[in-house]
Amino acid sequence: METQTVYIPKLMPKEEFFMPGHRACIGCGEALALRLVCKALGSNVIVVNATGCMEIVSSQMPYTSWAVPWIHTLFENTAAVASGIEAGIKSLNSKSKKSLEGVKVVAVAGDGATADIGIQALSGALERGHDFLYICLDNEAYMNTGIQRSSATPFGAHTTTSPAGKVSMGQFTWKKNLPAIVAAHNVPYVATACPSYFKDMMTKLQKAASIKGPTYVHILSVCPTGWRCATDITVKIGRLAVQTGMFPIYEIENGKYKLNMDIPQLRPVNEYLKLQGRFRHLSDDMIKKIQERVTEDYARLKERAA
Amino acid sequence: MSTKTGIEVSIAIGEVVKLTDADVIAAYPITPQTHIVEHLAELVSNGELNAQFIPVESEHSAMSACLGSAAVGARTFTATAGQGLELMHEVLYVASAMRLPIVMAVANRALSAPLSVWGDHSDVMATRDTGWIQIFTENGQEVIDNTLCAFRMAEDKRVLLPVMVHLDGFHLSHMIEPMLLPSQEEVDRFLPPNQYPLPLDPSKPLAMGDFGPPIVYTEAKWAQEYNLLNSRSTILEVWKEFSKVFGRNYSPVECYRCEGCKVLLFTMGSFSETAMSAIDNLRNQGIDVGLVRLRLWRPFPFAEVRNAFKDAEVLITLDRALSAGGPGGPVSSEIKSALYPLEKRPKVVSFVGGLGGRDINVSGFEEMVKRGIEISKTGSSKEYEAFGVRE
Repeated sequence: METQTVYIPKLMPKEEFFMPGHRACIGCGEALALRLVCKALGSNVIVVNATGCMEIVSSQMPYTSWAVPWIHTLFENTAAVASGIEAGIKSLNSKSKKSLEGVKVVAVAGDGATADIGIQALSGALERGHDFLYICLDNEAYMNTGIQRSSATPFGAHTTTSPAGKVSMGQFTWKKNLPAIVAAHNVPYVATACPSYFKDMMTKLQKAASIKGPTYVHILSVCPTGWRCATDITVKIGRLAVQTGMFPIYEIENGKYKLNMDIPQLRPVNEYLKLQGRFRHLSDDMIKKIQERVTEDYARLKERAA
Repeated sequence: MSTKTGIEVSIAIGEVVKLTDADVIAAYPITPQTHIVEHLAELVSNGELNAQFIPVESEHSAMSACLGSAAVGARTFTATAGQGLELMHEVLYVASAMRLPIVMAVANRALSAPLSVWGDHSDVMATRDTGWIQIFTENGQEVIDNTLCAFRMAEDKRVLLPVMVHLDGFHLSHMIEPMLLPSQEEVDRFLPPNQYPLPLDPSKPLAMGDFGPPIVYTEAKWAQEYNLLNSRSTILEVWKEFSKVFGRNYSPVECYRCEGCKVLLFTMGSFSETAMSAIDNLRNQGIDVGLVRLRLWRPFPFAEVRNAFKDAEVLITLDRALSAGGPGGPVSSEIKSALYPLEKRPKVVSFVGGLGGRDINVSGFEEMVKRGIEISKTGSSKEYEAFGVRE
């Protein structure tokens, strides 16, 4: 996959729908992901954006970075708003009141908006089977409000509400497995992706958008500001997340798991952890604990995908 | 031609929504609103109404789905009550501020705790400042007439605001009444198609719901307030047009046997009809009293309120909600502030009662008026009077 990076950019669609001029931080992996999301999905979409980093950096009144129709209302209701848009389109089309054929409704939300406060609305929309694509841009904490832990924050990470202190070692729980929760709703397509492997990510997004019914793509978005890492290694850290098994990339199509990048020998998690200030307090014991869990989880995933 | 039908009020709402050819209904079940959405679900499932019925997983999502559907230009309806309206609370502000024409029937219900499914106006009052147009109704006919009017008010290009039609839980929602149900032809004549001017559409991309920094927030809110205040003339126009087609008249404040009365009773919602009977009895007893009823709660009808009370000496108000630790009833306190700038204004005696489904019958209103007159003479150390409470 890495050899493709030389020529694939030349094949990338030229047109931009997430325009420059937004106010994301230097090295933002989420803005990078979103730009590629927009390139992959094209113009026949309506985007529903949860409150969060991407909404804030792209929408200060009277400006917008969006060249596609875009709506933001609240934090926790993205999937519900998407449900309403999809139902509205369906109804207007069926009565020939409007022609919005083939318009894909795309919900975009962060990990807090998806795994925590918005999980009820997401579950409802998935269960009802609306025809929409939900994209979780996971930067593993509430970055917009100042790096507070979410249920998608990895074990051991320092955040402002899971600080590493004299008696605490940072985040005290393991990352919630959102893709599995979504897959449990029997939806046709679930995938994980990372913009560091952009061809893989864009292919998955196009596939997800082409499938009728609720589909879900979970994208790891490196956040130099919150992860306390250098701003010029966003892509590298994303690759390491995949290669260490911290964030494996896979698809779940009609319940069937498929690993998209098989790594015969995972790289040690410490290669990933040591580049980030959020993990710098970790003792060897803690790193060992993380390594064991990652190895175990990866083996289980491989088994499922076999 | 309308047909006279004996029908439950909730079912009648469903029938009227069907006649509007609504495109999307998103709703969650809550007593006493359930019959409204059950009937709509039935109409959709029988193919009698070609609409999308979204059985959402909460009221928060019900109103959120309504935002989305209204934003693509679909005619959108929902209904709720009590706790449901409370769960929607933050979404209500977004609906009005983003100028989304959603129509919602609210079967007014008390708020927990203790849990009560029965009627009062606590839910209404908690949504007072959400920027919605709000209309009170007294009987089934008024409910369906105003549901129909609500679509035309909400979708009018000069308004583009969501509208709540309030009907008292159980006292109205579950009542079977003879009603004039409009015909399809009449509805089509009265209600033009929904043509939302700036819908979400890939052929004409636009951004809705940008965040507002301090440099524009105040102006954005003022534009919204200006618009809500200006909706008043369209509301009056819609009621006038309604009267031309259907022959029934509505106005922001309505009077019953008020002419020349020095004492006036003030109510809202279904209790007003009971109060009318009490007024008749009191007049027979030689007590000079009339009744003023509030129909338009938002935008607040200052001019009509001042005009209705200008010659009165005593005004007795009943609120079915309590502003805890405050001046008593929210409506009464707004009436007082509306009257304050007047040179000559009546003494106001405020009552709070009818909470959580507690009925106030005809003799109850007679007693309230007599007590009110008494208190207006003797004065009281209390900010407001509790009515019908066992101490």
